[in-house]
Amino acid sequence: MLLRHTEADAPERKALTINPAKTCQPIGAMYAALGVHGCLPHSHGSQGCCSYHRSQLTRHYKEPVLAATSSFTEGSSVFGGQSNLLQAISNIFSIYDADVIAVHTTCLSETIGDDINQIVRKAKEDGLIPEGKYIFHANTPSYQGSQVTGFASMCKSMMDSFAEPADKPGDHIAIVPGWVEPADMREIRRIVEAFGVEVTLAPDTSGVLDTGLTGTSQYFPDGGTTIDELKACGSARTVISLGPSASGPAGRALESRCKVPCEVLELPIGLQGTDRFIQSLSVITGKPIPEQLKWERSRLVDLMSDMGQYFYGKSAALWGDPDQIVALSEFLCDLSMFPKYAVTGTPGKGFMKRMEKACENASGPCRYEEGQRADMHKMHSWIKADKPDVLIGGTHGKYIARDEDIPLVRHGFPILDRIGHQYFNTVGYTGGMRLAEQILNCFLDRQDRDAPEERFELVM
Amino acid sequence: MSKDIAILAERQDQVGRADGSAISCGRHSTAGAVTQRACVFCGSRVVLYPITDALHIVHGPVGCAAYTWDIRGSLSSGRELHRLGFSTDLREREVVFGGEKKLRAALDELIAEHKPAGAFIYSTCLAGVIGDDVDAVCKAASTRHGIPVIPVQAPGFAGTKITGYRVACDALATLVGTGDTSTVPAGAINILGDFNLAGELWTIKSYYQVMGVPIISTITGDARINDIRRAHGAALNVVQCSGSMIHLARDMERRFGIPYIQVSYVGFEDTAAALYAVAEKLVNTDAMQRAQELVRNEVAKVTPELRRLKKLLAGRTVALYTGGAFKALSLVRALRSLGMRTVLAGCQTGGDQDYQELQRLCDPDTVIVDDITTHELGRFLARGGVDLFIGGVKERPLAYKLGIAFCDHNHERKHGLAGFDGMLTFAEEVFSSVSSPVWKLPVTRGEMG
Repeated sequence: MLLRHTEADAPERKALTINPAKTCQPIGAMYAALGVHGCLPHSHGSQGCCSYHRSQLTRHYKEPVLAATSSFTEGSSVFGGQSNLLQAISNIFSIYDADVIAVHTTCLSETIGDDINQIVRKAKEDGLIPEGKYIFHANTPSYQGSQVTGFASMCKSMMDSFAEPADKPGDHIAIVPGWVEPADMREIRRIVEAFGVEVTLAPDTSGVLDTGLTGTSQYFPDGGTTIDELKACGSARTVISLGPSASGPAGRALESRCKVPCEVLELPIGLQGTDRFIQSLSVITGKPIPEQLKWERSRLVDLMSDMGQYFYGKSAALWGDPDQIVALSEFLCDLSMFPKYAVTGTPGKGFMKRMEKACENASGPCRYEEGQRADMHKMHSWIKADKPDVLIGGTHGKYIARDEDIPLVRHGFPILDRIGHQYFNTVGYTGGMRLAEQILNCFLDRQDRDAPEERFELVM
Repeated sequence: MSKDIAILAERQDQVGRADGSAISCGRHSTAGAVTQRACVFCGSRVVLYPITDALHIVHGPVGCAAYTWDIRGSLSSGRELHRLGFSTDLREREVVFGGEKKLRAALDELIAEHKPAGAFIYSTCLAGVIGDDVDAVCKAASTRHGIPVIPVQAPGFAGTKITGYRVACDALATLVGTGDTSTVPAGAINILGDFNLAGELWTIKSYYQVMGVPIISTITGDARINDIRRAHGAALNVVQCSGSMIHLARDMERRFGIPYIQVSYVGFEDTAAALYAVAEKLVNTDAMQRAQELVRNEVAKVTPELRRLKKLLAGRTVALYTGGAFKALSLVRALRSLGMRTVLAGCQTGGDQDYQELQRLCDPDTVIVDDITTHELGRFLARGGVDLFIGGVKERPLAYKLGIAFCDHNHERKHGLAGFDGMLTFAEEVFSSVSSPVWKLPVTRGEMG
């Protein structure tokens, strides 16, 4: 009912985003910064930005999310936010005892031209940064990119700010995991460690945004990549960037700064995505693929074959982050489904090429779009014209799901109305099994619901 | 608050006890503080959001629209335009060349498509600093389309959330007085400051209906543009959530001579007091009689169950942190009627008088705090001695992590907590959280690190 005015052949829009399939850069920068141990993200802008980002992340993770703000005033918008940031730095180190502050900018501070490098230099000169404490920053004006590019910029800044070049590379592997859930970061770590090598994930939000109830609340939880680990990324044997959009810039920065060879892969979602990741690990480490992982793979393939008849020819509509959409699309094709529609608000031409490749073997026609006008409203108009069998994306898709009576598998960011994403990984073979199960159950539940009495089946 | 809780030097005078120490308030959050507060835009957006038949277009980069897209459970009995997210999604190009053209095109497109009764254009930080003349674009669009197109000057940096309330009231004030009041019945009221969260407005309206009091407009819960335009035909403005709406009430008093009263619908006492105050003002003896009868009936309906819950809740302690101060006052009273004691009370947007009243109402050792930081909150809760925390979205997981029950009395409440039924719902919600077996599981409450 809510979206009943959406038309099947919506006119091409020039000036407007309706029901955006994206949000702004700073929230991505904040999420990335939370993955550094002892780090307090700091929003250099008006205090509302910080409040909105914290609320949204809290709704998604059901965890306390802490971040500070420069609390811009009318004066700072005219004379610059230097004094606000200096005061903030002093307060954060003295009261909150953070090890590190990750500053990200906003549309406001960027437009008035605050130079964070210069302000941080001034803070150093004024003695505001205690021994052994750090500040790093990313420029994340809200009028460029999306939350994904904000995440990418903060990850890149981690490498630019901390990674130390080494004469001789070490044995460990560095991984930029991309914008995935804490549970996914755990799984990625487990997969690499199965090869018997040490791994640094940068950033790593596990142990930060998926903590247990212990009767205590730590201002800075135990998880997160330490500064020492970030420094040591410079001596990694290789860095793997998972997800070109979210992780590509960080990996390439490490390569050019410290000569660490960088490999950029799509997210290890589903069968082939995980295959490529594991194959790379095998090549890099020179070790055979561990039996455990082979066994997990066989179980995913087993599931796919057992239930193949229910997947065959089914179509999906997806929205959200480009890295997630591309990887999911390929998995759908492996399941003999196809991504009928996909939109990402994150601008970047690479998406179209990557989708073309991911959909090479699709069993049906795929329509996808990126950028400013690729919003939920547009996708809804496509859906009005011809329905897919399932929707896959964040909670904002529930209006379409309800209006069009199409099942929704919640995936990506934000998920504001269900749990599970914090706890259960969707990367790796085990994650592929979870995704396949979620999608499959939608189809089977629907069949049970809609089947006429005589066709209602006990055994499926 | 206490010596063992580190408070930023700049904030020392914003924390005190109910023993009469002055509480400083109404100023910008300290830079570097992990404040629970939001900005001017947020203040204006939450107030205007529930107007259901208007377009709400956020003029700025996409974030401000994305975070306020359908996040408030303000229910509508008619159109639901307010639940859609519209953004001009300003990009680098507009930062250089200005965003007016884009805004104009967006307005034309949307008005043609949705035929709204009006439109609100929220001017955010960026629109403010790139110098877009949003007023002029709105004025022209208004002439072109024959509907009110109202600029909301809400750059985040231009004050606090309270400033945003005022900005919203200014926007509303441009509507009030532009409609025809010839059909407005005598003795009608406007309900100000209820946002129809979980349908609470409908509960309140039903009371006034029983009392025979006509309602012209509800600002802004379940509101319609054309009702707001006629709001100046009222004999009385009944203002809840004084922080957000008092500015409009004062403006209407000044311009149209409409008196206002401040009320609250949280708890028995305050709800009954509200209905009686309205009946008194309207010199309609019948209304008072009906109000008394209604209060008797409603109270009788829920009292047995409330008594039972009170027995179970008596003696428990509560910390509460609200948006506005008026609600904090009501909650302290409502909790007291359940036998519960408030040990910390604070809000984001209280004024001097609010805090003085809060101090008068609370026990002498109750901590009173303006614009609390997460740090102070965490430390306070971790010291123990708090059974329940009442707050909003950002506080919930913090309370839970410390093993403390929680009740959302903010935007994300899921059940109506206003009026007599609402009091019972509130008690049930409090009890369900406080009595949850999960708190009895073996976890020890420790210090915040």
